[in-house]
Amino acid sequence: MAQITLIEAVTQALAYEMAHDPSVVVLGEDVGVNGGVFRATQGLQEKFGELRVLDTPLDETTIAGVTVGLAAQGMKPVAEAQFEGFIYPMMEQIACHAARLRNRTRGRITVPAVWRAPWGGGIRAPEHHSEANEHLFTNIPGLRVVMPSSPARAYGLLLAAIRDPDPVMFFEPKRIYRQYKEEVPDDGEALPLDVCFVLRDGTDVTLVTWGAQVKETLEAADALAAEGISAEVIDVATLTPLDFDTIAESVQKTGRCVIVHEAPKTAGFGAEIAARLAEECMYDLLAPVERVTGFDTHIPLFRLEMKYLPSTERVVEAAKRTLAAS
Amino acid sequence: MSIAAKFEIEYLQYLDAEGKQVRDDLPAFAQDLKQMVELYKLMLSTRVFDAKSIALQRTGKLGTYASCLGHEAAHVGIGSAMNPEDVLAPSYREYGAQLYRGVQPREVYMYWGGDERGNDYQKEPARHDFAWSVPIATQCLHAAGSALAFKIRGEKRVAVCTIGDGGSSKGDFYGAINIAGAQNLPLVAVIVNNQWAISVPRKIQSGAPTLAQKGIAAGLYSIQVDGNDIIAVRKAMEDALERARNGQGGSVIEAVTYRLGDHTTADDARRYRGEQEVKDAWAKDPVKRLKNWLVAKKVWDEKKEEAWKAECDDWMDNEVNAYLETKTQPLTAMFDYTFAEVPADLQKQRDLALSLETKAH
Repeated sequence: MAQITLIEAVTQALAYEMAHDPSVVVLGEDVGVNGGVFRATQGLQEKFGELRVLDTPLDETTIAGVTVGLAAQGMKPVAEAQFEGFIYPMMEQIACHAARLRNRTRGRITVPAVWRAPWGGGIRAPEHHSEANEHLFTNIPGLRVVMPSSPARAYGLLLAAIRDPDPVMFFEPKRIYRQYKEEVPDDGEALPLDVCFVLRDGTDVTLVTWGAQVKETLEAADALAAEGISAEVIDVATLTPLDFDTIAESVQKTGRCVIVHEAPKTAGFGAEIAARLAEECMYDLLAPVERVTGFDTHIPLFRLEMKYLPSTERVVEAAKRTLAAS
Repeated sequence: MSIAAKFEIEYLQYLDAEGKQVRDDLPAFAQDLKQMVELYKLMLSTRVFDAKSIALQRTGKLGTYASCLGHEAAHVGIGSAMNPEDVLAPSYREYGAQLYRGVQPREVYMYWGGDERGNDYQKEPARHDFAWSVPIATQCLHAAGSALAFKIRGEKRVAVCTIGDGGSSKGDFYGAINIAGAQNLPLVAVIVNNQWAISVPRKIQSGAPTLAQKGIAAGLYSIQVDGNDIIAVRKAMEDALERARNGQGGSVIEAVTYRLGDHTTADDARRYRGEQEVKDAWAKDPVKRLKNWLVAKKVWDEKKEEAWKAECDDWMDNEVNAYLETKTQPLTAMFDYTFAEVPADLQKQRDLALSLETKAH
């Protein structure tokens, strides 16, 4: 069985679902002949034709609104926003229509669509190509926000997102698109949405993260283990609707929690998890909840960007602070 | 000098402001006077419906309502030209088109009366149409996406969107007609130019002499029609729908009309436009115009008018009663349509809301 990267897993999931469901279509800028600027749709137009793998005019609003129309008429569109930083013009169509049509028509019109977007920094990209803004979507009712962190989870979660009867934002951490390869059988098996994945069991501290930061967080867990500290690592995977129970269970066991994310700190999604811990797990906590996040600044251009992104060392230090507190 | 492109915009009118026929080549549907009477009756019932809606709002039985007064020819012309299998993506005042396609007045009242069930149109073909779209021009892209779905599936259906003169300024409108041109989609975009976007007049929306010509830039067939002349509107629609259905591309139709009422019941148009302008517009009233023509053809008279109005009154009273008799939805309804199934995390909030209600009683 072939070993594949995260981005190859995205392609594999798209190809599988397009081959098995004629209502699945892919649309976006450069998704056709070029196969996407990151090659996520490589080879799909050859296989499925120009209409099902559609190069759109260069207008994000058009992509988003046409996606709503396609989905409302029984198709299952997978739209690509070329970069997370270009997703803003799509937000009206996503918030006012995609996420809302089922509710406002009492279920008469539904939008089973997926918006894929290469997400986050760390690839020395030009300005506006490195944004982490998932928290702008987690506050929109009726919308799922999903972020894979491994080739297997990219494959399984994307299949689940396409099959889901409601709209899904599928943010792909592009920094780890080609970080490593793993075996991902092309068996069409989806992974469950709305659940967190416990990537590593531990007893002393819970590290909660998603997307590209899973890399630094797992590295931090290794470093902590070398010092005799047992860290549990949770990949949230589906941010909304949140599987808080898995996080709560872990924190009830460890009594300590560090939340790691790339987006700015204030009102980032880590704030929601911290608030929920305060509401529901206060008496299980042995130390204040720590957040290791991007700063409340714009992500700098790439000479400085690695100083903005949460580092393994910052996660290790935060975990140690929670242990020092009790 | 060489010329890279050249264009002109045809203006179509069959009936002048008084209802006099200004050209002899009446389209086939307009030669069928029985059918023209039916169209007139729907224009009139739309007007009765609209007056009833405003009365409901003024007496506190409806929330804010967007009137369609003066748009009857444009709206009925659009709706009556479409096939049942086509799809309509309206903005929020195209009742004439929607009533034709099976939207019930009680559903309009429900929507403006603060109840989502108003968007759950029960009767076909309206049931497969889009719901009212409040964010301006966004529905144009839903129509373009629908048209793309029809093309992918090889269905001979057309998607129709309607917007106002203000809506034609928005990127969503440009995006929709642009992709329709690029992909040869079966899309008909109708700009119902009623001269006013709340308080902002047509001239502030665009420096272009016609709004129809925006379609030229997208590579679409484009025409301007007298939007108060139902024969012109319907003829332009029929031609556009036929071209779209046969794979010959999309169209932009600008229907020039006038918003005789306020923007909504929350608006007072006297703040920004003169009485004389409105008086002049009433002289071009689409309902009176068709009536004059039908009376001259001896297929309509005052007696029939009064009888039909009385029938409409009964119909609307019945619809109003049906609306007023509906019970408010249970509070759980706000949770139950957020997703296909209530997610576990949301279920906790649903339980909380229910418990609060139990406490309150």
